[in-house]
Amino acid sequence: MDDLSDLYQDIILGHNKRPHHYGELNPHTHEAEGYNPLCGDRLCIQVREKNGSLEAAGFTGEGCAISKASASIMTDAVKGLDREGVAKKIGEVLELLTGRDEPVVDLMEHGDIAALAGVRKFPPRVKCATLAWHTLAAALSEEPRAVSTE
Amino acid sequence: MTSSFPIDRIRADFPILSRTIHGKSLAYLDNGATSQKPRAVIDAVSRFFSEENANIHRGVHYLSMQATDAYDRARERIAEAIGVAAAREVVFVRGATEAVNLVAHGLAERFQPGDEILLTVMEHHANLVPWQILAQNRGVILRHAPLTPEGEIDMDAYAALCGPKTRLAAFTHVSNALGTVNPVVEMTRLAKQCGALVLIDGAQAVPHFPLRIAELGCDFYLFSGHKVFGPDGIGVLWGKWNELKSLPPYQSGGDMIERVHLTHSTFREPPERFEAGTPHISGAIGLAAAFDYLAGVGWDAMHAYEQELLAYATERVGNLGGIRIIGQAREKVGVLSFTLATAHPHDIGTILDTEGVAIRAGNHCAQPLMEFLGLPGTARASFAFYNTRDEVDRLVQALEKVKRYFD
Ligand SMILES: Cc1ncc(COP(=O)(O)O)c(C=O)c1O
Repeated sequence: MDDLSDLYQDIILGHNKRPHHYGELNPHTHEAEGYNPLCGDRLCIQVREKNGSLEAAGFTGEGCAISKASASIMTDAVKGLDREGVAKKIGEVLELLTGRDEPVVDLMEHGDIAALAGVRKFPPRVKCATLAWHTLAAALSEEPRAVSTE
Repeated sequence: MTSSFPIDRIRADFPILSRTIHGKSLAYLDNGATSQKPRAVIDAVSRFFSEENANIHRGVHYLSMQATDAYDRARERIAEAIGVAAAREVVFVRGATEAVNLVAHGLAERFQPGDEILLTVMEHHANLVPWQILAQNRGVILRHAPLTPEGEIDMDAYAALCGPKTRLAAFTHVSNALGTVNPVVEMTRLAKQCGALVLIDGAQAVPHFPLRIAELGCDFYLFSGHKVFGPDGIGVLWGKWNELKSLPPYQSGGDMIERVHLTHSTFREPPERFEAGTPHISGAIGLAAAFDYLAGVGWDAMHAYEQELLAYATERVGNLGGIRIIGQAREKVGVLSFTLATAHPHDIGTILDTEGVAIRAGNHCAQPLMEFLGLPGTARASFAFYNTRDEVDRLVQALEKVKRYFD
């Protein structure tokens, strides 16, 4: 596969066309806005926490295929996790996308998240992929605030 | 296509145009962001450093006098190229952004609460934010002329917004995001009828057509050198002599003073008043070389060639399914902004890049315009006189590739 097909894998294009959990999540317990001023991507992430774990996650906003697919994949991936699990998942994904060493991605282990690794060969697009995850971290932090990837 | 336009020879003047990107020859269609530099500019800057470099307005030694002379002559050559009689009305600045800030800073004290500044919704952030800060500090009201669906200024609305409280009208000559050429003479006339000062942002106009700035009727006109085939870090603020003279210094220090005492100083007249410290000497020399080069190409031939290229690109890109061209003004420069139904501008930009086609994707530093248009952003191909039909064809082929992924 060439780099471009690595970036726009069917998994990514599928999530872009039919994003999961797109729309307002009502009711929700936490939310945050994420913004990438460079390209104008804007995401709002909402989650509902119940008995210490994330019962549901959803997102709205405008963005490129990568930021939308990443948000869509995230809403699947964090469902049912407790705080510790979410933090661990965010850490893993950020390491996968931005870590110094070339990651070993395994579709079985990482699921659709593995498809995000294609952005590593497109440095200007890494921020598109990390936006949703940073925004989720902000939503769950003590003081939710708008995050900006610049 | 204008068969007499020596496109091959012109392309050979720009060394960067022959390089490859990702193994493909470069199709540079991001001239709105910055332009490429002809050998004449590169050589002028290099010659200055190799043979003439010294600080100006200081030494009694030969090199310093030579550098001072080169800097002063650059100002004169640029004044002539942009159609202003007096070189002393040409202030060297860092670029368009600094020029707007200089004027906004200098005018601030004159505004009273309730005064109005008239802008348009198509302005670049550089011609919005400095006025917002001034407005917040002085209690000034900002008005914004809206656009027609084609992306032209709604002139009825503009005329209605000019009133007795309008103290300043500031607008762009050419929209960087849409390519629209605004009727600046008429806009200036209407604002002047209300007694307003007029500032025109020429950042996207100067690279595209010949200008006689002094004939526009405005008080201030400004542009960046890097967009007009000159170096970055240099730009021009032109002002009518009396208006420039009435502005206080922007930055202060050496070179802009007449007499310095321990507790106070007197300031020089323009342009030196606004050029505190050692200026961008090589930049001024490079910019003058750019204007000399452009005069050699011939402004009218350049403009005619670019218009034909724009027409060709508009037709070819417009015929692709799912494309919407954003900005269909009657009078445009070589800017083609568009959206694709299935792909976000950012994804378009990435895929085009893998084909060696450089465009810009996003909000083009005009977020209020994108909001007005209800778009998250656009993809923008922006042309210069060294671009070719072949490059337009490659743009179209690359867009077909985008569609293969996303449609
Ligand atoms: C219309 C317009 N005005 C102002 C600017 C700011 O120019 P600079 O960044 O060179 O100061 C730009 C640059 O994109 C522009 O397109």
